[in-house]
Amino acid sequence: MDNTELTNRLKELSGTNVRQCMKCGKCSGRCPMFDKMDVKPHQFVSYLADGKIEKLQNSKSLWYCLSCMECVERCPRGVAPAAVIEAIRESVVRPQGGNRLQPEEVPALLNDEVPQQLIVGAYRKYNH
Amino acid sequence: MQRIGVFVCWCGNNIAATVDVERVSEILSHEYGVVYSTNYQFMCSENGQQLIKTAIKEHNLTGIVVCSCSPRMHEATFRKTAEAAGLNPYMVEIANIREHCSWIHKDREEATAKAVILGRTAIAKLLLNTPLTAGEVGVTKRALVIGGGIAGIQTALDIAEAGYEVDIVEQRATIGGRMAQLDKTFPTLDCSACILTPKMVDCAQSEKIDILAYSEVEEVKGFVGNFTVKIRRKARYVDETKCTGCGACMNACPSKKGLNEFNMNLNTRPAIYIPFAQAIPNVAVIDPEQCLKLKTGKCGLCQRKCEVGAIDYTMQDTFIERNYGAIVVATGFRISDLKYFNEYGYADNKDVITSLELERLMNAAGPTGGTLLRPSDKKHPKVITFIQCVGSRDISGCGKPYCSKICCMYTAKHAMLIREKYPDTEVHVFYIDIRTPGKNYDEFYRRAVEQYGVDYIKGMVGKVYANGDKLMVQGSDLLNNEQITIESDLVVLAAAIEPEPSVRRIATMLSASIDTNNFLTEAHAKLRPVESPTAGVYLSGMCQGPKDIPETVSQASACAAKVIGLLAKDKLKSNPCVSHSDEMMCNGCGTCANVCPYGAITYIDKEFRLGGGKTETRRVASVNEAVCQGCGACTVACPSGAMDLKGFANKQIMAEVESICKR
Amino acid sequence: MKLSYYPGCTLRTQAKDLDKWGRLSLEKLGVQLEEIENWQCCGAVYPQATDEIAKKLSAIRALDAAKKNGGKLVTLCSACFNVLKRVNADMKEGGDVAKRANNYLVATGYLSGGDEYKGETEVIHYLEVLRDYVGWDKLKAAVVNPLKDMKLGAYYGCLLLRPNSVMRFDNPENPQILEDFIRAIGATPVSYALRNECCGNYVALKTPDAVKAQVDKIERNAEQAGATALVTACPSCRYNLKVNGNGRLEGVYITELLATALGIKE
Repeated sequence: MDNTELTNRLKELSGTNVRQCMKCGKCSGRCPMFDKMDVKPHQFVSYLADGKIEKLQNSKSLWYCLSCMECVERCPRGVAPAAVIEAIRESVVRPQGGNRLQPEEVPALLNDEVPQQLIVGAYRKYNH
Repeated sequence: MQRIGVFVCWCGNNIAATVDVERVSEILSHEYGVVYSTNYQFMCSENGQQLIKTAIKEHNLTGIVVCSCSPRMHEATFRKTAEAAGLNPYMVEIANIREHCSWIHKDREEATAKAVILGRTAIAKLLLNTPLTAGEVGVTKRALVIGGGIAGIQTALDIAEAGYEVDIVEQRATIGGRMAQLDKTFPTLDCSACILTPKMVDCAQSEKIDILAYSEVEEVKGFVGNFTVKIRRKARYVDETKCTGCGACMNACPSKKGLNEFNMNLNTRPAIYIPFAQAIPNVAVIDPEQCLKLKTGKCGLCQRKCEVGAIDYTMQDTFIERNYGAIVVATGFRISDLKYFNEYGYADNKDVITSLELERLMNAAGPTGGTLLRPSDKKHPKVITFIQCVGSRDISGCGKPYCSKICCMYTAKHAMLIREKYPDTEVHVFYIDIRTPGKNYDEFYRRAVEQYGVDYIKGMVGKVYANGDKLMVQGSDLLNNEQITIESDLVVLAAAIEPEPSVRRIATMLSASIDTNNFLTEAHAKLRPVESPTAGVYLSGMCQGPKDIPETVSQASACAAKVIGLLAKDKLKSNPCVSHSDEMMCNGCGTCANVCPYGAITYIDKEFRLGGGKTETRRVASVNEAVCQGCGACTVACPSGAMDLKGFANKQIMAEVESICKR
Repeated sequence: MKLSYYPGCTLRTQAKDLDKWGRLSLEKLGVQLEEIENWQCCGAVYPQATDEIAKKLSAIRALDAAKKNGGKLVTLCSACFNVLKRVNADMKEGGDVAKRANNYLVATGYLSGGDEYKGETEVIHYLEVLRDYVGWDKLKAAVVNPLKDMKLGAYYGCLLLRPNSVMRFDNPENPQILEDFIRAIGATPVSYALRNECCGNYVALKTPDAVKAQVDKIERNAEQAGATALVTACPSCRYNLKVNGNGRLEGVYITELLATALGIKE
């Protein structure tokens, strides 16, 4: 898949129209994990629009986005940055060897309190 | 037998690039009745019109079909052309092959085929056209201006200046509108009241202007040049002719809990009040929701204090009816509701305010006497954060899709004034784009940054939340690629503006079209910007779209010029495309009169001769051609098919439909 | 009254308290929660990518089961509520994913009766049952042990509220239902601004340090407003408050408080 094809595929996968973005940055103004992100929510929208996919696929932000929908909720333009992040994350974890959470490492991450919701959620987000 | 000429316009490339104009004129030349067919680059040009005139004469044409742009654009032009060549102007049909064809299609083959169909349809109709003659109607030399803000005031003053009478109907108790609420005006920073109130006084003193404050338009009948308008004069409970505006009643009133609308509800006022010191008319009004006498029957203190006996608790709404030649809509705007913008905490925090509220907090006649104090604890705010584009440019369903246009400039104004008056105050402005087109506008904004040190942050606020007595403003700083939180004392929202909601009702009464955002539509966005498509109705100020004061005043004067142009005429040509009743078919059922929006239909008893010397008297419909606007409602409603519209007869319409349907 | 009930994976394991007191309390209030048969984990997070089908199937099956048993499905866990409601919206919308999911589920016989599932079920949160089926007044009347001295902060988190276009649970920026609940059980709700912020959710598993700052910000905001505990319906929120918080503000489940107020729980 060449980059244009990949870009179009990811736009489709995100289900959001990145062209509607007016570059106001409200998403990044709301994001609770902003400081942990190397590529910021608004940049996900802008880089995808520009087809700079590699930058996004290499971003640490993929593993910090909470999918809490803060960015989606009041985007004035009806764009969903969280859905863009998810589409990029899927493109990283779906190919063979893309999984981020190895079963062997899980026991060490657990304590007596960890709810199943957290484990299942992490598996879904980090793995395919 | 008609001799029809067909003229296909290229409209430069507008039509010719998509429609094969050569082929269209060739095919149409074979149509029944067509004796001449041609095409030309610009049919509306001097040369194009000459071509038509020559063809009419040379080929003895009895009617012409012009395949060109929308009839809204050039029907009048080509009618004049035909008339100049000796044809009846109503023997002209326009086939709209631009807006309805070339502009909306891509495929040249299909567009060409459609253009042919549209041309044939026009020919089919023209074959059944008959010459029509326009009558004449008089013009009432008086204008109505709905709305007494700066737009309405300026329009009224200009019309009065030209010597015509004009009434201002204002729903509030005083004229002055939003501009009266403002503190200073950009870009020159002159005091708003200082430049507005002289104009208000001019209105009051003008012999030509009648101010009907605290009044609403109730019903509109008639048409251009001849409107009849019913106006509700709401009960003030104070006799306007007696009240001197002394204010003794306000001091006497024991009910002081009514929210002061003029001060954006930031403080209270008595139940009987004068909206502000320079109100025109300078007459008190009673708020029936707050008045103890009106609510409980007990009190009457104001009446006892009034030395001129102006107060009348039994006053009722009254109605007056007046005739006008022209109606100007100048209903203005309001700040849109912020209920969908809870992320900025407007509803929860007293110290999150709108810019219009800030105007009042900075105004010497405002609730704080012009000292900037925050509403919650009346302390002087040390850190103030402005947020622009709150609800503007928002297509999420919560806000308005348009740019409110005035916010960039008034925010720069506020920021600058605060830094000027309170240099110890930190001022931040979150912006998405700064939009300052206008004379001395960008310079003005740059002065806020460069001279006054206002901190402009490119980015948007995601959240405003209270933390103790501070407001945490969390937003993005896009140029630094940071998320920042500014601990603020006061947050000011540049909320989107929207048309005053009463405009919907007024537009319906006037049959004036309105867009999805409730702004009134112009007759032509570029070339007829102050006229409504409805003849005799004109647009002034914010009701047509967001605009600042200089632009509003320009438009208001332009609007006045158009009104004066109308009122200067003694006679108007009426539209001959009116309905008429076939008395032999009419059974006097009354359906048409019920649907007629103009009251143009009455019934008369008429004697008809039957066979054998007998007669019978029947009730039949009769159309007043001067009043009929040719809308066609009656022709559709008539159960017996007696009603028909000249120029758009049922058989003509059916001929068009048949022409489209046949292959 | 009987309503279909979907407990979800966590309520069967780490959050047994949330489940147990929830059922008992509603029973006392005259509502029987009927667990649907053979339910599977909802997946805990809503799959946003537009081509996701497999990850939504368990939710669709649960929704379909409820369709055949009264047409309403109650959940308690915020994550289940979020996933079920959003998947349900997808099915109601009937786009490509809905068509393909139905093709698969009908062909494999997973949808009993062989009818397609078109989003017919109404997904209801436990709090909505209290508000709309029991009523705050009736709940107030049933309280025997009002939690008078408690100053509670309502902690909505993200999952109950967003995205509002689908969840339609409460005002997403200024919700009230938890506050109403707190008042109904006799306690005092404390208003604080960050009650609708995310706790850090699954990111806490691999990178707990990343969520600590977030939890701290929320807790400090609530403490400043005077809250002594935070009320939640979400096991993830409770976990992060407990393990990644400052240790001063406890997270309590709505159903524990309810059961205490109703006198079922000591």
